[in-house]
Amino acid sequence: MSGLGVLLRRELSLTWGAGGGPLLSVGFLIAATVLFPLSLGSAAQILGAVAAGLVWVLLALASLLSLERLFARDFEDGALDIIALGPLPLEASCAVKCLAAWLTNGAPLALASPLAAVALGEPVGAVPLIVLTAALGSLAFVFVGGIGAALSLVSRGGALLQTLIVLPLLIPPVIFGAAAVFAWTHGLAWTPGLALLAAYALAAIGLGPIAMAGACRNALG
Amino acid sequence: MIAGITLEAVALVRGGRTLFEGLNARVGSGRALTVTGPNGAGKTSLLRAIAGLVRLASGRIAFEGSADPAEARRFHSHLVGHQDGLKSARTANDELLFQARWCGATRQAALAAAERLGLAPHLALDVRRLSAGQKRRLALARLLAAPRALWLLDEALAPLDAGGRALMGEIMAEHVAAGGLIIAAAHDPLPIAADTLDLGR
Repeated sequence: MSGLGVLLRRELSLTWGAGGGPLLSVGFLIAATVLFPLSLGSAAQILGAVAAGLVWVLLALASLLSLERLFARDFEDGALDIIALGPLPLEASCAVKCLAAWLTNGAPLALASPLAAVALGEPVGAVPLIVLTAALGSLAFVFVGGIGAALSLVSRGGALLQTLIVLPLLIPPVIFGAAAVFAWTHGLAWTPGLALLAAYALAAIGLGPIAMAGACRNALG
Repeated sequence: MIAGITLEAVALVRGGRTLFEGLNARVGSGRALTVTGPNGAGKTSLLRAIAGLVRLASGRIAFEGSADPAEARRFHSHLVGHQDGLKSARTANDELLFQARWCGATRQAALAAAERLGLAPHLALDVRRLSAGQKRRLALARLLAAPRALWLLDEALAPLDAGGRALMGEIMAEHVAAGGLIIAAAHDPLPIAADTLDLGR
């Protein structure tokens, strides 16, 4: 218990404080939202039709931005040794790192994404569903992206490899999440998309840390 | 507790190269062992294998006094390597408290350890402002803050000044006198009496 709290506090202070924290990913989301009307034109029927899809693509890319550093810094300076030898199983430590990354990046993104969606023309009524799906989606992104971050520790050109590994795994949550919001907006059945997204996020939370711990052990040994 | 460690016919292979094989050694309670050998002989790999980070190619490492080797490693040993594991953007105090409390120490024990290692005046500084020797003292503080039987020290004294080495000699002598075990990879002789295991051949 105490080990969990000690590690979570450290991770939060590192992800919140270093490298701009949530400002980088939220800033990216907002900047891209501002650019879309400038490139696509401000016609409401164009922007409104693609708003949900655009926001989901931005959410996925913004989540990727912060993931590269998830394990790399601790691996380079030896802190990953200390974490691996600590009181928690490495799987739990990986989950704590992902949780901290989500609290400082994913959750702020989930709160900012309805802003972007409404600005692009989504109806205001969709805000609760967008927050919910974005929160689930960003959880899935972190726990799946962490696998790529851990696998790329020992390879040169890790960032490219990480993108290649992670991108296919980001596709299902993007499809499910964007589909749920699209369906709600058009009066279709939106619960299947939400349920599939929640299932994917749960699977990522359950299985991701096992894969991350295995990849970290491989990198350390 | 760990009452002793036995290496039985240990072999390590790194990157397709056999570092050593058929290595036998025993360290009992209250003893220190210096692992020596030229660069690349496998000193670091051996210590990391004892800590459980590196897999053995063959052989066995047995912990006496503890049924479960994983528990012996997780709760009864410290590994201080040549990387300090400190974040340069955090304060020395934050990093000290994380490393010590992560190993189960209290805040008071961590601060007392820092005091003994002469770090008290520097705790408010960012880690990036510390010298290499001060960073190492910070990493060594968890040995004192969280008492554990086995200390695995990988060139841990290398960046320390003469005063720091003398102080660590004192601390290591106390640890051994209290029944602790030390296995240290080193090029210079340890500041305490120790057996020697030479990996060079």
